[in-house]
Amino acid sequence: MPTYSAELSTPLARPGFKPWLVGLIAATAWAGEALLISQVPNAIRPWPYSQALSNASWLIAALLAVWALSGLGKQAQRSGPWLIAVPVLLAVWQLLTAKFALLPVPFFAPPQALIEVYAEDWPRLWESLWHSLWLLSLGVVLGASAGFVSGVAIGWSQRIGYWVHPVLRLLGPVPSTALLPVCFFIFPSSFSASVFLIALATWFPVTVLTWSGVASVDKAYYDVARTLGASQKFLIFRVAIPAALPYVFVGLFMGLGASFSVLVVAEMMGVKAGLGWYLQWAQGWAAYSNMYAALIVMALLCSGLISLLFFVRARVLSWQKGAVQW
Amino acid sequence: MVSPHATPVAAHGLSLDIRGVSHAFDLGKTSLPVLNKVDLQLKAGESVALLGPSGCGKSTLLRLIAGLETPLQGQLLADGQAIVAPNPERVLMFQDPTLYPWRTVWDNVALGLQARRLLSQEHARVDAAIATVGLQEFRNAYPHQLSGGMAQRAALARALVNEPRLLLLDEPLGKLDSLTRITMQSELIRLWQARRYSSLLVTHDVEEALLLCDRVLVFSPRPARIIAELKLDLNYPRHRDEPELVRLRQEAMQLLGLGKNW
Repeated sequence: MPTYSAELSTPLARPGFKPWLVGLIAATAWAGEALLISQVPNAIRPWPYSQALSNASWLIAALLAVWALSGLGKQAQRSGPWLIAVPVLLAVWQLLTAKFALLPVPFFAPPQALIEVYAEDWPRLWESLWHSLWLLSLGVVLGASAGFVSGVAIGWSQRIGYWVHPVLRLLGPVPSTALLPVCFFIFPSSFSASVFLIALATWFPVTVLTWSGVASVDKAYYDVARTLGASQKFLIFRVAIPAALPYVFVGLFMGLGASFSVLVVAEMMGVKAGLGWYLQWAQGWAAYSNMYAALIVMALLCSGLISLLFFVRARVLSWQKGAVQW
Repeated sequence: MVSPHATPVAAHGLSLDIRGVSHAFDLGKTSLPVLNKVDLQLKAGESVALLGPSGCGKSTLLRLIAGLETPLQGQLLADGQAIVAPNPERVLMFQDPTLYPWRTVWDNVALGLQARRLLSQEHARVDAAIATVGLQEFRNAYPHQLSGGMAQRAALARALVNEPRLLLLDEPLGKLDSLTRITMQSELIRLWQARRYSSLLVTHDVEEALLLCDRVLVFSPRPARIIAELKLDLNYPRHRDEPELVRLRQEAMQLLGLGKNW
């Protein structure tokens, strides 16, 4: 060991220690954003919650700096570039709205206006979220279950296929939203009508994909089970259905996507609750920051549900080779 | 690799009596004849090879014996009883392992016992069958993690766990590399000797037929009928270079239409 190493062995310079550079840049970016919010004057009017947003940015900057210097969490360092991009984008948004008012004011709100909405209107947003989630879950669960059963039935039995197939071909491709006006007067309540339409939108892709999954099962799989003494029931539940599951999940993914748009349209047109209703209501009052706030909640809801589906899929189909990671 | 703790030896093999069986594939408007008045007798515990050109209808005969299809004409009797449906006494092993990709090796091997609702009492049989083919370390692996040889061993274990009295082998080693094939050929001989099941092997590998079987039945091109029978009165395990085996190989090659200069 050379003798001069003793003088250099302060904590920061000990051998093997390297501060995380990207993390330090990210911390600087957040600090810059915090300074921008609190120090640059606003163009038209002061915005409430500016100081809160600035303080939150300072807090993030501080946490990032500690993280970068601690050298912990190497795995999470993949997120580094995003941790820089987010404050930069927030700063651009801040400049275009609050600071220079380059975007027309009532229609485009700065980030702190959204914080104001969440801080002050959260009970209504929360209730809307639960309404949407309840309506969506009911429709999707009913539609997906019906789709799974009818898909397996068509794929397995020609006699059932004979009756269900024409209905599927005629009714399936019709956008559920086109049936909305009809359903609103056929069903006793707009809620039940919406449940039906969401279920219908989910049912179609789940049925078609389950059907094609069951139809494309390798015939040799049945031969193997039959020579080993399998019953009809065993062939359906232990061979056809597990073999078709990868297709079923594609159907669920498509059905869930379709259900989102039906949900929003239904809530905008008839149901007097939920995020779709909130959007419509906010727009009616020209409360554009409320609208953006609700849109973000909706994005998180939809993305969260799709992520949940992929999580379940990864568990159920863990045997699959080369499955896409969400 | 026959483990001493393997499943108990089956009582005895099944005998087969096949009389005047003809069969054809339904191609919509026309039909393609594949079997032409086939007669075949298999004694209990005997090992017989069906040798013939590719696509001649040998596999169809195995499917008929397995009970997966019913013949257009003729009679198939197993121990004197007509074959009307599949029965786990007669297990068919395919050219492809056809393991279920969503099941681990253990669950694949357990398939037959599960289908017959015996699995809850018979876990040990699954373990024993897996040990017999030497896949203990892969019991929790999924099929896509196995090599071709290992997958075919798992398929063999899936057949053996049912203690079949007749094992129908449809070119089970056809897709394996030659080294793996040679190892598995000796394993098949050992298993057959230890368990005394009857065995019917479809192959177009002349040497394999001569190494593994008491009798070799040579089939004509489609529609298949039996054109010759070669009897081998040789002890197992046999060596490829035994003079009698070399002579019979020449004879079989000629019967398959390859002439003297193959």
